[in-house]
Amino acid sequence: MTKQIADFKLVGKQDFGRSVLLRLQAGQALPDIQPGQFVQVRVDNSPSTYLRRPISIHDVDFQKNEIDLLVQQVGEGTRHLAQTATDTFISMVLPLGNGFTVPEVGEKALLVGGGIGIAPLFYFAKVLKERGMNPTLLLGGKTETDLLRLVDYQQLGETFVTTEDGSSGEKGFVSMHSVWSKRQFDKIYVCGPKPMMKAVAKLAAEKDAWCEVSLENLMACGLGACLCCVEDTVEGHVCVCKEGPVFNTRRLKW
Amino acid sequence: MVNTTIDLGRGLVLRNPVMTASGTFGYGEEYADFVDLSRLGGIIVKGTTLHPREGNPYPRMAETPSGMLNCVGLQNKGVQYFIDTIYPRVKDFDTNVLLNLSGSTLEDYVIGAEMVNELEKIPAIELNVSCPNVKQGGMAFGVTTTGISQVVSEVRKVYHKHLMVKLSPNVTNIAEIALAAEAAGADSVSLINTLMGMAIDAEKRKPKLSVITGGLSGACVKPVALRMVWQVAKAVKIPVVGLGGISNATDAVEFMLAGASAIEIGTANFIDPAVSAKVASGINDYCERHGFESVADLTGVLDA
Repeated sequence: MTKQIADFKLVGKQDFGRSVLLRLQAGQALPDIQPGQFVQVRVDNSPSTYLRRPISIHDVDFQKNEIDLLVQQVGEGTRHLAQTATDTFISMVLPLGNGFTVPEVGEKALLVGGGIGIAPLFYFAKVLKERGMNPTLLLGGKTETDLLRLVDYQQLGETFVTTEDGSSGEKGFVSMHSVWSKRQFDKIYVCGPKPMMKAVAKLAAEKDAWCEVSLENLMACGLGACLCCVEDTVEGHVCVCKEGPVFNTRRLKW
Repeated sequence: MVNTTIDLGRGLVLRNPVMTASGTFGYGEEYADFVDLSRLGGIIVKGTTLHPREGNPYPRMAETPSGMLNCVGLQNKGVQYFIDTIYPRVKDFDTNVLLNLSGSTLEDYVIGAEMVNELEKIPAIELNVSCPNVKQGGMAFGVTTTGISQVVSEVRKVYHKHLMVKLSPNVTNIAEIALAAEAAGADSVSLINTLMGMAIDAEKRKPKLSVITGGLSGACVKPVALRMVWQVAKAVKIPVVGLGGISNATDAVEFMLAGASAIEIGTANFIDPAVSAKVASGINDYCERHGFESVADLTGVLDA
């Protein structure tokens, strides 16, 4: 899979408060992109931002050569990125890492997202739906407004919701939702804060279900060169950027 | 046509003065989609030790103003793994492939160097006596004249190709360390390795790195590196390879004017994976613009 570095034009923005959706258009055909892969974005005009920022791919439109990123402002780099004016060019390196393993035909897939971790599940659910699979989604947030684009997610599959304050869906964490006791799933995919992913991984292990998680360790190069983003696995330290970001939980020393 | 060839001696001839620094370019394969490796003078592969090392725990990186700290701690699978698994993949690259060799004991360096000496397509070792991130990562050898004399002279006895010694900036007088390396038989010196630093998360009242301190690299270290290259180049007769914060062709030219015969690109590879080839062509453009017939003529011609 060929990686590329290219300037993308910011052609659209949708504001979600602390988060923003950036629509970025390539000047040429996009490379093949798997759900779960990520980009490394250069943040210009931010004096304290030196390294690129790894951001998961939220959606892809191969007809228009557009990539959507759902960016939460967590620091100076993402704050500047979110404030980028439309028509500005943004340098991205992509596609990076390995995506989610697509389930076999007939397998029941559950996609579990927490907070901004719901971002890569959009493109994944879309691809699964296009292939005639019916993914089930379980999305969680602290409160109702964390559930970004909920209506759009609901178009991609049956969607369950939890919020910590009970403002939407069931009150509590995704790992506490009643769907776990009502349904069986063959493959479970998780992206969100580490404690949430660990809780879901544990639940999956108890049910003897296959489970993949998407990690977001701090990284520099994104290419497997600097060895900064390592996760402790049964094979020792491996780079999240190159071997991941998606890992089967059996590989992890959780 | 500018002559871009750089001869560093004892068989190490570079197509142009640009190499990629150890630990920032993987084994070259990671960057093959971005850089035509045949446009580089050389690539220096990851720091390799005789025995495999898991390195330090996560987190290993902290961003700093115009730079970054790392405390990877020489994670690698060892010299034998390199010989068996990596060497067959990289030996036919159309560029020089140098191995960065590190160790925690004198014996480790010597045995490692003996093994690498047998690899026909590896024209040089960059001897890492300056890793700041492991307790016995060689920096103990690299910060005293007696230490560096000992490790360089012992490796010299068993290693018969080009021996480049990578120097630590974490010393009081880098020129005397360089002179000791030269006297012990180094064919060239490369500098600087990372500067020891630290970062703190004030909100959590915790260090940002798992082992508290790490090595600082990136654009922020360039003035320090440039000063040290200038001091060392004035002191030694062997070629000096300059690195530390080089991010573009102008930076590279500055290092050569200060006395470097060749340069390495490190952290900048993380920000622009295609930067190394751009620097090589930019140096060429500089020479054309200023009437230099040979890139080698840039070395040390600072008008000071």
